[in-house]
Amino acid sequence: MASIFVVSAERFIPLFPRLACQGVLLGCHPCFRLNMFSKGTKRKFSDGDEEISDESLVGARVASSYSLQRQSLLDMSLIKLQLCHMLVEPNLCRSVLIANTVRQIQEEMTHDGSWHMVAEAFCSAGQSPSERLVATEVLCRSREQDAEPKLFSVISYEGCREEEVVADETLCSVSVSDTVSNVCLAGRIGQCWEKSELSGVERDEEALEDSRLGSGEDEEIDTKDRASTESPKTIGQVFGTFEIKNGSPGPDSALEELFSDVDTSYYDLDTMLTGMQSAPKMGPYDILDSLAPSHSSPSIVSTPNCRSDLNELDHIMEIIVGS
Amino acid sequence: LQDETSILDLNNAYLMKYVADIISTVEFNYSGELLATGDKGGRVVIFQREQESKNRLLSRGEYNVYSTFQSHEPEFDYLKSLEIEEKINKIRWLPQQNAAHFLLSANDKTIKLWKISERDKRAEGYNLKDEDGRLRDPFRITTLRVPVLMPMDLMVEASPRRIFANAHTYHINSISVNSDYETYISADDLRINLWHLEITDRSFNIVDIKPANMEELTEVITAAECHPHQCNVFVYSSSKGTIRLCDMRAAALCDRHSKFFEEPEDPSSRSFFSEIISSISDVKFSHSGRYMMTRDYLSVKVWDLNMENRPVETYQVHEYLRSKLCSLYENDCIFDKFECCWNGSDSAIMTGSYNNFFRMFDRNTRRDITLEASRENSKPRAMLKPRKVCTGGKRKKDEISVDSLDFNKKILHTAWHPKENVIAVAATNNLYIFQDKIN
Repeated sequence: MASIFVVSAERFIPLFPRLACQGVLLGCHPCFRLNMFSKGTKRKFSDGDEEISDESLVGARVASSYSLQRQSLLDMSLIKLQLCHMLVEPNLCRSVLIANTVRQIQEEMTHDGSWHMVAEAFCSAGQSPSERLVATEVLCRSREQDAEPKLFSVISYEGCREEEVVADETLCSVSVSDTVSNVCLAGRIGQCWEKSELSGVERDEEALEDSRLGSGEDEEIDTKDRASTESPKTIGQVFGTFEIKNGSPGPDSALEELFSDVDTSYYDLDTMLTGMQSAPKMGPYDILDSLAPSHSSPSIVSTPNCRSDLNELDHIMEIIVGS
Repeated sequence: LQDETSILDLNNAYLMKYVADIISTVEFNYSGELLATGDKGGRVVIFQREQESKNRLLSRGEYNVYSTFQSHEPEFDYLKSLEIEEKINKIRWLPQQNAAHFLLSANDKTIKLWKISERDKRAEGYNLKDEDGRLRDPFRITTLRVPVLMPMDLMVEASPRRIFANAHTYHINSISVNSDYETYISADDLRINLWHLEITDRSFNIVDIKPANMEELTEVITAAECHPHQCNVFVYSSSKGTIRLCDMRAAALCDRHSKFFEEPEDPSSRSFFSEIISSISDVKFSHSGRYMMTRDYLSVKVWDLNMENRPVETYQVHEYLRSKLCSLYENDCIFDKFECCWNGSDSAIMTGSYNNFFRMFDRNTRRDITLEASRENSKPRAMLKPRKVCTGGKRKKDEISVDSLDFNKKILHTAWHPKENVIAVAATNNLYIFQDKIN
């Protein structure tokens, strides 16, 4: 099966970490909301993850929600794959299922073509704006509704020349036809949609990319940016590699910024076994604090595993300080 | 009609208060006299049923602690720099062949055979040592006597008789004793091994689904079980919702299945989570050996071994969660592995859910019931009140709405007495035992 997994190399942490699991936040359960990455940054548009506030679900916003939620699901899945428990081998079944979900999303994003057509299909379904988990419905609903491509989007894509598309051969193994968008586009489409500029979507995309690189406003994990500039690792890295990629941090990732203060030698085996060499600038508890899930939106499900992760953190601390 | 024949009228409940750790497996032995639990701390606690007393007509035998021992210790894999959890994943009893009891307990990497034996007599009157154990001076011994066996307080000892180690690269999820009572299988995410109970230094690998290139891995083994009567047959389930039945007579390596069970997907309910919720978390043969039952995230399915293309019965456990899958994916609840079990006559099945609810289905009458394992509901001889989840609209009194469910309280492990209407339900670190009403 062609690999269209687009996570960039240096942010990719394998599931079976060796000694130097560097740059990985230990024990932070991937239950936090994506919107927390926007701490301190101004959002360009309303939050794109599944906890959409009631008053923001109208018209065009609902229409764009499907691909935003899909993108959000993709990002969530990537985080789940990357954040591994440091001391105990992660659950292979869970990892395989998440990886398959990622593959599935990417395949759909590749094949589906215009997200606009999808958005309109859901708009017509008349979703109730008061449904707190509207994204859940959107994602869980049948995809039968988005069968027919609309002429509108076809026209807009036909106008694009493929040379302008950020197309990496290894990224988009599905050959890009004249109407099918590729994976690279999908990440930016959601933001483009707000501008209602479907013609010249390529130009917007590149402009957005530039602006994002500069301002760092993107709160979503934009792996496609990076993927376009370096050779991506395939999904097989999830299971097979024993090497930790430690490349230079990407340009604008909020995740990278968050971890940039972490003293990665903290996680070296030597450091662990012999005790801390120097006090890290930011300890694991600080990281956890900053990533605490926001309490503004109550969720119907609690976060059962965070506590066990804190216990693991305690355990790790014990090892490190040699107590 | 609430007849005594109805298997769903359990009303005599008592709570066995369990110490410290989260229970990770529950299993009755073949007679139902013993009930074993394994926990996250690597301990095994065995309960024994009291003899029924003629004087107390209203009491069926209650289960009391019989033996407690530390089965597995945490280990450290130096090559991978990873801890090996001591959590007991599975316990399986061996059929009793003498006065002692034997069980297999498995953590992620190692299986141990434990012998549990009673000692209620001790020898007194040794010649060479005093009663307190000190050696006697041989020159002082003037007479010889024969030691006599004297009764003592019952002591239950557990000793490890076999340790089956170093055969699994991945995490063991199942063990199953074969009907020949000489061999057993152990399954991890990618491989299944066949062991002989007497031989610990080697095992046969009979299933291997590890791809040559791990990048191509898309499916793992989730559970495996030996057929209850045919010692050459076993099944294993996968994360893609399929079950493969294999015949060990066909080939040494059972990569090619004899039967392949899969239900075609319903295209109208397809979503990004379809594969995850189709992943089978448990597979159990019926006692008759004619059916098998599989548990996926939202339902329980009963399969006729002679029909591979679809199950003969499907029971919805908590269909109201289907619209919440995204949240359940986010907090990882969607990966919870629920188990399921048959009653002794294969007429009913049971499985767990969230909010400490568990569900029982009567296959004959098609009735189903939701019960809650909670301290408030478990006063002795109290009637268990059926619970109901309100899925939308007006919530009736006593109903609970989906949004109020506590997803931290999950019942993953349940067991049914092989002969009677007695069930054991593990709710986090509490063990509940329910019995049916006395006439």
